[in-house]
Amino acid sequence: MEQVLANVSVLAAMPIFNLGLLIDGLLVGAIFALAAYGLALVWGVMNVKNLAQGDFIMIGGYLTWGLGRHGIDPLLGIPVAMTVLWGIGWVLYRTVIRKVITRDLFTSLLATFGIAIVIQQGLNLAFGPDTQSAQANLPTLSFAGGLITIAATRVVGFVLAIALAIAVILFMKKSRMGQAIRATAQDARAARVLGIDTEKVYSFTFCLNAAICGAAGALVAMVWNVQPFLGTTYSIRLFVIVTAAGFGNLPGVIAAGFGMGVFEQFGGFVLGAEFQQALIVLLLLGVLAVRQLQQLRVRQAVQ
Amino acid sequence: MNQATPHPLTLAMLMLAGIAAPLLFPAYTNQVAVLWLMIVFASTWDILGGQMGYNSLGNIFFFGAGMYTSAVVQIGLFYDVGMYTSGARTTHIVFTTAQYFTGFAIGTIAAGVAAAVLALLTSWIVFGLRGPYFAIGTLGVAVAGAELIASWEWVGAAAGISMPVFPGAPETQKLFFYFLLFGLALLVLFFLRWLYSTNFGLAINAIRDDEEKAEAMGLYTRRYKRVAWSISAFFLGIAGAIFGNMTGFIEPRDIAFPTTTFNIFMILMVLLGGKGTFWGPVVGAVVFQLIKEVTWTYFLGWQFVALGLLIVIIVVYFQQGIVGWLMEKYPARFGIRVAPKDEEKYARSLGLAPHPEGAE
Amino acid sequence: MNDAIIEVSNVSKSFGGVVANHNVSLAVQRGAITGLIGPNGSGKTTLFNSIVGYHPIDSGSIRFESREISQLRVQEIARLGLLRTFQTTRIYGKMNCLQNMLISIPHRKARFFDMFSYERGEVVERAEHLLAFVGLYEKRYLRAGSLSFGQQKLLEFAMALMNEPTVLLLDEPTAGINPTLINGLIDRLKRANLEFGITMLIIEHNMRVIMNMASKIYCLAHGELLAAGEPAEIQRNQNVIDAYLGVH
Repeated sequence: MEQVLANVSVLAAMPIFNLGLLIDGLLVGAIFALAAYGLALVWGVMNVKNLAQGDFIMIGGYLTWGLGRHGIDPLLGIPVAMTVLWGIGWVLYRTVIRKVITRDLFTSLLATFGIAIVIQQGLNLAFGPDTQSAQANLPTLSFAGGLITIAATRVVGFVLAIALAIAVILFMKKSRMGQAIRATAQDARAARVLGIDTEKVYSFTFCLNAAICGAAGALVAMVWNVQPFLGTTYSIRLFVIVTAAGFGNLPGVIAAGFGMGVFEQFGGFVLGAEFQQALIVLLLLGVLAVRQLQQLRVRQAVQ
Repeated sequence: MNQATPHPLTLAMLMLAGIAAPLLFPAYTNQVAVLWLMIVFASTWDILGGQMGYNSLGNIFFFGAGMYTSAVVQIGLFYDVGMYTSGARTTHIVFTTAQYFTGFAIGTIAAGVAAAVLALLTSWIVFGLRGPYFAIGTLGVAVAGAELIASWEWVGAAAGISMPVFPGAPETQKLFFYFLLFGLALLVLFFLRWLYSTNFGLAINAIRDDEEKAEAMGLYTRRYKRVAWSISAFFLGIAGAIFGNMTGFIEPRDIAFPTTTFNIFMILMVLLGGKGTFWGPVVGAVVFQLIKEVTWTYFLGWQFVALGLLIVIIVVYFQQGIVGWLMEKYPARFGIRVAPKDEEKYARSLGLAPHPEGAE
Repeated sequence: MNDAIIEVSNVSKSFGGVVANHNVSLAVQRGAITGLIGPNGSGKTTLFNSIVGYHPIDSGSIRFESREISQLRVQEIARLGLLRTFQTTRIYGKMNCLQNMLISIPHRKARFFDMFSYERGEVVERAEHLLAFVGLYEKRYLRAGSLSFGQQKLLEFAMALMNEPTVLLLDEPTAGINPTLINGLIDRLKRANLEFGITMLIIEHNMRVIMNMASKIYCLAHGELLAAGEPAEIQRNQNVIDAYLGVH
């Protein structure tokens, strides 16, 4: 408790620290926002809540780390991870996801949960339980006389995340597949009647999400670290973001992603790093509780 | 329930098997004891998941809560808990036989009650949610439990607590805990057999079949949900207390709140055996334990990967489970009566003929 | 004189930009059968849903037995004695007919520990009696989900009666029923109204049915109240005829 109060007083006494945390939070939040966008996409289009999202990210991260160990620049990890994960997404779609789309929601949740376990345990067997990270060997910039330090890797990560997000959004808006995806998300039956091959749309969307996770994973490996079981924390984090914003509200999801980044930085500073996992989970429960209260205030609408 | 209540003869056979097992196969006593624990896990999960249609990913929360409650009571009755958890490893703390058993008895009851109370409290958070949100919410509760205990110094945080030592020979200890778990499993089965025959059973089935309809008919759905959750919690809490003492050492992430092992097993067992049936969870638990023993021995290292694959396979290809599959093939043997297809003649006599469109 | 058990006053409801109901007022007289008609899309089901608590209303008031219910939720309204049946016919598919009936007892009367007892004697007799009333007695142990559509509709009706409602809102009770059997259904509805004293508000598309049963009819079109009156008046009303384009 005293430690917490001490931390809070530091923040109050030195406003410049707050700025540092804020910047850090936004930089990191960009990666969250990217991955959350992918989750919201799959959710909105296929009504599949991918509990393995965080684990896809970990795969991307491990690929990048692996490349780094062979002397290849981790930045190249992004396209590699995206490609590999696109393939993995395709395989998973054909074998598992396709069969659970039409069933009840718990089925798809459990199925992706099973996939998550396979991935986590597989990574654990392959690489061991230690955390790893990919060094990009970029300098640490400092401002305000050393009170604000920003790792250049984070800035690079931020820029890349934003670039990818913009690329995806443009794709969704301009390309034919993007339009087909949005049409299917609104009304799958109508889309089919209009001649859209919803099977292709679903497959593409899932693969796209996997690729987005791959990219996010590469960034995570550079900016932070990876560990086989860290995927769950990411999955929960991303669920909080998408639930808070509402999966149809894509700008909201992105904003919430940034918000999450900032929240975690401040929370981690004030409460200490050990509390980070607990904080995220409590946030999840909080968001769900708020959602519930909102529904209770008025009459419960259908759903 | 839409099937005949379990035949007393089957229950009797199960009881005999349970009593005979440690005598016939003494080397496997612990494994069979864990089997009884699995039956408790599966049957309590099924109350919510199979009978009521609310798939919980966080039932393990009550297992762990019960485990820690019992530990605190067992130690706290005679020593200062904070001191015990921080310094006990250097000093030699002894519990007399009387202290051990009174502590254990009170601790177990306290565990069940505490778990039920926690269920009532958490029901505010989780029961406004439907479907997947409920599942994620309950998972959140379980993970939150693990993390909160792991950062709480007074109960040993992540380092855990050494439980009071059983005053007796190892052989006696094995049998003691075996019969406790066996007894608990029987208690749960007999209790559920009674519960499902009451209005409560009908109500939770109605909630499962069509919750909106139930609400539109004025059913007190919230009440039933809370009570179902609390009943599961009560038995899980007691199970946690017993298991904690059986293993002798408890810690938050792998023993008390194993979100990736026991927590998932319970769902898997019920799906494998047949959701929403009385014997489904039991059959599922037995089959699952067998599979687990085999894979653990021969595929050591890969068992969790196999587990994940098993989940995916069952969920995608075999959702109705063993008993569910049997019920579809032989409905009559389970007391389910389905309307015959050609009833033109009969229907006309009542002034009703099946409409050509049929039911949806 | 005007013993209105349900009073809907100036109720409006929109969904996004679409106005489903605009300033609709109607009164359901106690003990009577009242009809609600109108072409597709005129807002009948939306009005129904507003009355039973399915969604909030934008403005206006809904009173049941002189009590404002527009802020109450579905369960609360159901427990006050205002029940509805569904157009898609909802029953508990995995339970048998008798169980469907037993779980439909009026829960407002139940005490907490009643949930741990099981029904016998009187209640079971009443359930069986009502099943016989709708002609499903022989099928009482069959799984409800396996019945035909028409039989499920009757089961739903019986379940509603089991709940001892004061008012029953029926959403297209004859939809999907073989025309030769509609008379039997009308007969049962009328008997329920007379013998059990249940007030009814019925949405119907089948003019023959509703003109036969109702003592007063309200006609909606484009979300607004178009006409109200006795069946004979409504049938002669030019606006109503135009609204339906002379189909019926």
